[in-house]
Amino acid sequence: MSQAPVLELRGINKSFGPVQVLHDVTFSVYPGEVTALVGDNGAGKSTLVKCIGGIHPYDSGEYLFQGEPVHVSGPRDAAALGVEIVYQDLALCDNLDIVQNMFLGRERKRGLVLDEDTMEEMAAKTLAGLSVRTVKSLRQHVSSLSGGQRQTVAIAKAVLWNSKIVILDEPTAALGVAQTAQVLELVRRLADNGLAVVLISHNMNDVFAVSDRIAALYLGQMAAQVKTSEVTHSQVVELITAGRSGELGLKNGTVA
Amino acid sequence: MTTETLPEKQATESSAIGDSVRGYFDRVRGGDLGALPAVLGLIVLCAVFAVLRPVFLSSGNFANLFTQGAGVAIIAMGLIFVLLLGEIDLSAGYASGVCAAVLAVLLTNRGWPWYAAVLAAMLTGVIIGLVLGWLVAKAGIPSFVVTLAAFLGFQGLLLLLVKGGTNISIQDPTILAISNNNVTPILGWTFVAVCVLGYAGVQFFQMTRRRARGITTAAPAVIVLRVVALAVVLGVAMYFLNLERSRNAAIVSLRGMPIVVIVLVVALVLWTFVLTRTAYGRHLYAVGGNAEASRRAGINVDRIRVSAFVICSFMASIGGIIAASRANSVDPNTGGSNVLLYAVGAAVIGGTSLFGGKGRALDAILGGAVVAVIDNGMALMGYSSGVKYVVTGLVLLLAAGVDAVSRRRTAASGRR
Ligand SMILES: Nc1ncnc2c1ncn2[C@@H]1O[C@H](COP(=O)(O)OP(=O)(O)O)[C@@H](O)[C@H]1O
Ligand SMILES: [Mg+2]
Repeated sequence: MSQAPVLELRGINKSFGPVQVLHDVTFSVYPGEVTALVGDNGAGKSTLVKCIGGIHPYDSGEYLFQGEPVHVSGPRDAAALGVEIVYQDLALCDNLDIVQNMFLGRERKRGLVLDEDTMEEMAAKTLAGLSVRTVKSLRQHVSSLSGGQRQTVAIAKAVLWNSKIVILDEPTAALGVAQTAQVLELVRRLADNGLAVVLISHNMNDVFAVSDRIAALYLGQMAAQVKTSEVTHSQVVELITAGRSGELGLKNGTVA
Repeated sequence: MTTETLPEKQATESSAIGDSVRGYFDRVRGGDLGALPAVLGLIVLCAVFAVLRPVFLSSGNFANLFTQGAGVAIIAMGLIFVLLLGEIDLSAGYASGVCAAVLAVLLTNRGWPWYAAVLAAMLTGVIIGLVLGWLVAKAGIPSFVVTLAAFLGFQGLLLLLVKGGTNISIQDPTILAISNNNVTPILGWTFVAVCVLGYAGVQFFQMTRRRARGITTAAPAVIVLRVVALAVVLGVAMYFLNLERSRNAAIVSLRGMPIVVIVLVVALVLWTFVLTRTAYGRHLYAVGGNAEASRRAGINVDRIRVSAFVICSFMASIGGIIAASRANSVDPNTGGSNVLLYAVGAAVIGGTSLFGGKGRALDAILGGAVVAVIDNGMALMGYSSGVKYVVTGLVLLLAAGVDAVSRRRTAASGRR
C-alpha cells in the first residue's frame, strides 16, 4: 500500500470563537483503505470531518486533494471533489422519501422538471449494489425506517455519486449488534471497491476489524497516524486517553 | 428479504386496487391523514346546513361559496409556503389589504389602466415578501415577531393609503368582473374538459413512461378511478353553477362559473407543479423537514426562506385584488378582521402542518372550502359574527389539535 493519499490535510487550525478545537492537524486518507479516526468525546473528530466537508471553514492549513491544493468553501465544493460525508446525526429529512433524500440538493432534472424515474432507478441500483435488501419501498418516508435502515440510506446517499472518499461519523453508535456487523461489512466493501473510507468509531473491536490505518486525535491534536497492523488495542487506547504511547504520539504537547 | 427494493413486475389489476386502498388505510392509521379531515368535515358541515337551511344547497348559494371563499383560499395557498418551513406570516391579511389599497389608489385616484394597477399591486406584494423574508432569514428575527410587527405596520399603512377612514370605490369593469362576473356555460364546460383531460393526460403519460422503464407505478384502474372522480366532482359542480340563479331571469340572467374560480384553479395547478415537480419545491420541503440537512446538501436555506415569504405576500396581493373586486371598494378593514385567521385556518384544516415540512397547495382549497361553508352556513342560520368567529376559532383549534396528534402518531409509527 504505497499509494499516494487521495486526501491530505496539513496544519489545519480551527476555532469556534475563543475556543481552539483543532491544532495543526495533519491527516491523510488513502484509496482502497479504511482509515479509522479515533479520539475521546470532544477531541474534535466531527469538527475535522465538517472542515473536510466544507460545513465549517477552517482558519488555516492546507487541503490537498490528489496532491493538488484545493479550496473547499462549502458542501458543494466537497461534493464536486468526490468527498461524501455521512454525518453523525445522519442529516436526512424525515418528511422526504428514500429517493428524495438520496438526491437532495443534487436532483436529476429533465428541463425544469424533476426526473423522478431516473432518480428512482439510480437509487434502486445503488442500494442493490450495496446488497441492501431491507427496505420495502424506495418511496417510503425516511421517518418510517429503523436506525440501521436510516444509516444504510445515508451511506447509499454518499456512494451514489461516484465518490472518491466516504467519511462516516460514528455510523454504528446507535445500532444493535447485527446492524453494526452489516454496516461494518458495508464499510469494508466500499474500501475493497477502491474508495477511500474514513470511519469514526469509539469501538476498538470495530476499528481493528475493518481499518487499515488508525488516526488518533487527542484534544484537537493529531497524536499519531499508524497502520492498524503495527499497533495493539492498548496502544490505541493510550493514544486516545493520553495522547501518547511509548514512542508513539505527542511529546510535551507537540507531535512526535 | 430478497428483491423487494427492486421494481416488481406489475401485479394483477384487482390486487393493485386493493393494494392502493390498503396502502391508504395504512397511511391514515400511521397518522398521515392527508385530506381526510377536511373532506369529512366538508361533507358533515354541508349535510348539517342542508338539513337546517335548505337554501344552503341552492345554486345561488353554491356560487356564493366560491366568491366568498376565494380570497381566503388564495392567501392560504401562499401561507402554505411559509408554513412548510415551520414559519408563520401573521401579516398576510393586512399585506393583502395594502396591495388592494395600492390597486385602488392607482386605479381610481390616479386613473391607471387595470393591468398596470394589478402589476403594481403584485409588485407591492413581492416587495413586502422580500422585506419580511430578509428580516427572518438574514436578520434572524423570529417570523412570529417580524410578521406581528408587520401586522400592525401594514394596518397603519393601509389607513394612510386610504387617507383615514374613507373608502375608495372601484369602477374598473375588468377588476370588478373577477369576483362578480361569470363565464358562459359553454366556456365553463370547456374549462372542465380541459381540467379533466389535462389531469388524465399527465397521469397516463407518467404511468406509461414509468412502465416502460419497469418502475412500480399506480395501476391503470387506480388512475381511471381518480380521473373519473375528478370528472364527477367538477361535472356536478359545473352543472349547479350553470343553473339559472337569477330571481328574474327574463330581465337579467345569472348563471355560470364565477371567473374567480379560474384564478383559483390556475394558482392551484401552478403551485402544485412547483411544489411537487421542481427542485425548488423539493428544497422547500427539505428545509421545512430538516434545515441543517438541507444546508449540508448544499441548499441555500436563506434563499429558500426569503422566497417562501415572497410567494406568500405575492399570493396575498392576489387575494387583496380579489377582495377589492368582491367589495367593489377598498377600506381600512380590507384584509383585516378575520381574513388572516381564516387563511391560517384554511391551510391547517386542509392538512398543512404548523410544524413545517408537510402541506400541499390543494390544502388551501379544501380548507378554504370548509371555512367558507362554516362562514356561509352560519350566516344563513342567522348567527352573528361573534358566534361565527368563536366557531371558526374552535375549528382552527381542532385542526391544529389533529395536526399535533397526527404528528405524534407519525413519529411513533415511524420508529416502529
Ligand atoms: N459549532 C460549534 N460551536 C462551538 N463549539 C463547537 C461546535 N462544534 C463543536 N464544538 C466544540 O468542539 C469540540 C470538539 O467537538 P467534536 O468535533 O464534536 O468532537 P468529537 O466529534 O470528537 O466528539 C467540543 O469541545 C465541542 O464543544
Ligand atoms: Mg462527534
